[in-house]
Amino acid sequence: MTATEQNINDKLISILEQVSDPEIPVLSIMDMGVVRSAVIIDNIVKVEITPTYSGCPAMDVIGDDIKMALKHAGYESEIDLILHPAWTTDWITPKGRKALEDYGIAAPLDAEADKDVLLNEKRIVKCTNCGSQNTRLVSQFGSTACKAQFQCDDCQEPFDYFKCLK
Amino acid sequence: MKNENLYNYILGIADNSLVLGQRMGELCGHGPSLETDIACTNISLDLFGQVRSYFQYAGKIAGDDRTEDDIAMLRKEREYRNVLLVEQPNTNFAYSIGRQFLFDVYHLAFLSELQKSKDLTLCAIANKCIKEVSYHVRFSSDWVKRLGDGTEESSRKMQEAINDLWTYTDELFHQTEADKVMVSEGIGVDVTKLKENYYKQVSYLLDEADLQVPESKWFQKGGKEGIHTEHLGFLLSDLQYMQRTYPNMEW
Repeated sequence: MTATEQNINDKLISILEQVSDPEIPVLSIMDMGVVRSAVIIDNIVKVEITPTYSGCPAMDVIGDDIKMALKHAGYESEIDLILHPAWTTDWITPKGRKALEDYGIAAPLDAEADKDVLLNEKRIVKCTNCGSQNTRLVSQFGSTACKAQFQCDDCQEPFDYFKCLK
Repeated sequence: MKNENLYNYILGIADNSLVLGQRMGELCGHGPSLETDIACTNISLDLFGQVRSYFQYAGKIAGDDRTEDDIAMLRKEREYRNVLLVEQPNTNFAYSIGRQFLFDVYHLAFLSELQKSKDLTLCAIANKCIKEVSYHVRFSSDWVKRLGDGTEESSRKMQEAINDLWTYTDELFHQTEADKVMVSEGIGVDVTKLKENYYKQVSYLLDEADLQVPESKWFQKGGKEGIHTEHLGFLLSDLQYMQRTYPNMEW
């Protein structure tokens, strides 16, 4: 399944775009790809969201934030958490990837490259501060479930890498 | 309950993640370095997230008013169905890593099979969890290698941990009567089929880490039937403290 298969009512897109991931405020939940469907049935908006990681504590907040945003726009809503199909980093939009990079989080590489990176075999995650490729993995687990920790050996800046999930 | 076998089967899977998640969570603020501390608690968080999916589903199957929290917090020791391996304490970092590694290798193989389950919810949960667990196994096997192939002391401690925990590995592949029913219905995973490959993979990595594969053939089991080691009670008293002290409290 690709992001284009989302079923989202056009009227709701601009409202949902205002809701951001509480852990990564520059990224809207639409760019993150966590909203799978949003339809209006009998004046109630039914929204389906999918978690990035099972234990992601942001999901409850995201659900509440969606409700709040819709309420401001005059809609009552119901939020459903769905697990299938499982979220993948492929669903992050190009705009979302750019927002991540600008925020100082390296965007996910494709799966194979990611494996090499995390096994520390290749240094291909570019430093978000200076752009150098002379970086190294500090830890496979970072400040949130979705990130790994890297450090740049040129400018010494530590930075987050958004792990590829497929 | 209409589908008690399925309910118990789900609890069996979930309790492993719950108890291991609690053990890893104990390292919060106590990890040997900031990065490993964060990694261990990240793994704990993944496992708890997985537990929520399982328990929410189990709650639906039970069909009464029990919630995921009731299932997690309000059972007695004998009602937990986790394997003995995951309840073993954090004796030292090598034990935490050894326990994680010995479980992760199994967990990954188990979820890979669970993805083929006829039960679509279990299938979806497995689909989700396997992505997370593939990171866990990378982390734990990396550390087994680092400690095993490290200094004299780290190697000795890693070897001791593997030797001690080895006795709990065979239980992973033990089938209860309820498991057999689930396997025959195409819902459950036939764990006996995972055994050979498990020991092959584990042995390969221990070898890589310059560690000895234990030769002991004496194994303990009982967790799947609710007969636990003395460690589980202490773990549960920590885990359940809030709900026991302030019944029905919510965040």
